[in-house]
Amino acid sequence: MATRSAGRTRRAAFAAVAAGCALVLAACGGDDEEPSVEVEENPDFPAGSTMAELSEAGSIEIGVKIDQPGIGYLAPGEDMPSGFDIEIGKIIAGALGIAPEDVTWTETVSDNREPFLQQGNVDIVIASYSITDERRQVVGQTGPYYVTGQQILVREEDKDTITGPEQLADVKTCSVTGSTSLSNVVDDYGAEPVPFDTYSDCLTQLQNGSVDAMTTDGAILLGYAAQAPDELEVVGEAFSEERYGIGYQHGDTEFCEFINDTLQEAYDDGSWAEAFEATLGESGVETPDPPELDACQ
Amino acid sequence: MYRSELISRLSDGFIVTLQLLGWSMLIATVLGTLLAAMRVSPIAPLRAVGVSYVNIFRNTPLVVLFLIAVVGLPELGLLTGSFFWRAVTALSLYTAAFVCEVLRSGINTVQAGQAEAARAIGLTFGQTLRLVVLPQAFRNVIPPLASVYIALTKNTSVASAFGILDLTYQLSDLIEDFPGSLYWNFFSIAACYILIVAVISGAAALFERRVGVSR
Repeated sequence: MATRSAGRTRRAAFAAVAAGCALVLAACGGDDEEPSVEVEENPDFPAGSTMAELSEAGSIEIGVKIDQPGIGYLAPGEDMPSGFDIEIGKIIAGALGIAPEDVTWTETVSDNREPFLQQGNVDIVIASYSITDERRQVVGQTGPYYVTGQQILVREEDKDTITGPEQLADVKTCSVTGSTSLSNVVDDYGAEPVPFDTYSDCLTQLQNGSVDAMTTDGAILLGYAAQAPDELEVVGEAFSEERYGIGYQHGDTEFCEFINDTLQEAYDDGSWAEAFEATLGESGVETPDPPELDACQ
Repeated sequence: MYRSELISRLSDGFIVTLQLLGWSMLIATVLGTLLAAMRVSPIAPLRAVGVSYVNIFRNTPLVVLFLIAVVGLPELGLLTGSFFWRAVTALSLYTAAFVCEVLRSGINTVQAGQAEAARAIGLTFGQTLRLVVLPQAFRNVIPPLASVYIALTKNTSVASAFGILDLTYQLSDLIEDFPGSLYWNFFSIAACYILIVAVISGAAALFERRVGVSR
């Protein structure tokens, strides 16, 4: 009896997912081709290194976000996430001789990225993971492989009154709980913070007039503005610098060097730009120059 | 640096959590008492209203009530300005159903002779309830009422996902900014909640000793 009702629930959930999937397909059109990733054959690594271990095992576990369109997003009904972070993950795995289908994608949320790395639940984290000094004390972070900046999304009718972060004083500003974006506008510009769990909840409150601005990395906002171009507008220049890095076990310098070499190679042979165009570039942003990598400590 | 940040954010969150708790407790208690009065009243439609309220609000998950209050009410043009009052609305409507049931069970423990005697000397139903029955009922339900308030304390944390900067919100913020001090972050937030809960239990124990009925 219990099994049967569980089956029914699953079927209902499946129907809901299928409906959602149809919506997403309708919204995006079906023309996104995934860039092909080069998979190294029998790469050679020093014995005992993290690279040799992963390469021999033939699989890698990568922690990613699954709720950020364009960056790391698991569309309803899909079993593989997509986005820029995912493409970067494929490039790293490829350099280790691991094919994209042998990568295990594990969802990490902002709160558990450090513990996951420390306890070895994942091998690396590529999850819109801004490099900060506090984080570098507990985990390794290398990169950046992408530099973005915080911007503001407002309703169309407010685009002349709120033109940048300077006008945010005492303005109700929404962002996601525990994100650096929110503390930036609160500490530097005196905005009144309104935290929600997800960006889409923030969007609802912006559209119903409960908050007057929403802030986070520009790439995410552009995606939302593109969905409702008559109602929403991204205003102002980027006013912070978020440097997305790749997280690894603290102190594994050898592995860090390897990641940097792989990223540098991807910059040089154009696969980085290709990954960008296929994901974040779809919202109409121009492909930037690849950012300069930090040296491994 | 970390310590001063921790203390300032904890005190910010603590005050917001206390405000949420205070207003919700007050509104839920008043509303719950009215509902309990309805449920024991001799007028059938009032009893029906009381029963329906309890059935609806006690059986709806709190998060759903929050969604209705935070996303639904503004669509109807209500409470568009304040996330705080939307949260208080959700918390008090939910908790009132529990307060009502606790009080009703308290009212049922007061011997029927008390109400009969009150009616016999000419008090109205309202006066009987207010002057004779409810004072005794409250004394009988101090421990379960304290449990309802403690549950409410913990339920306030749901508000952190709906635009409120309470203790739980500050926890996520601290984890984000100071990932190297996870244990301190968790323990200090927990300590704040324990403090509130300890005060409620302490007050309940004190009241029980002072005014509780000993049989």
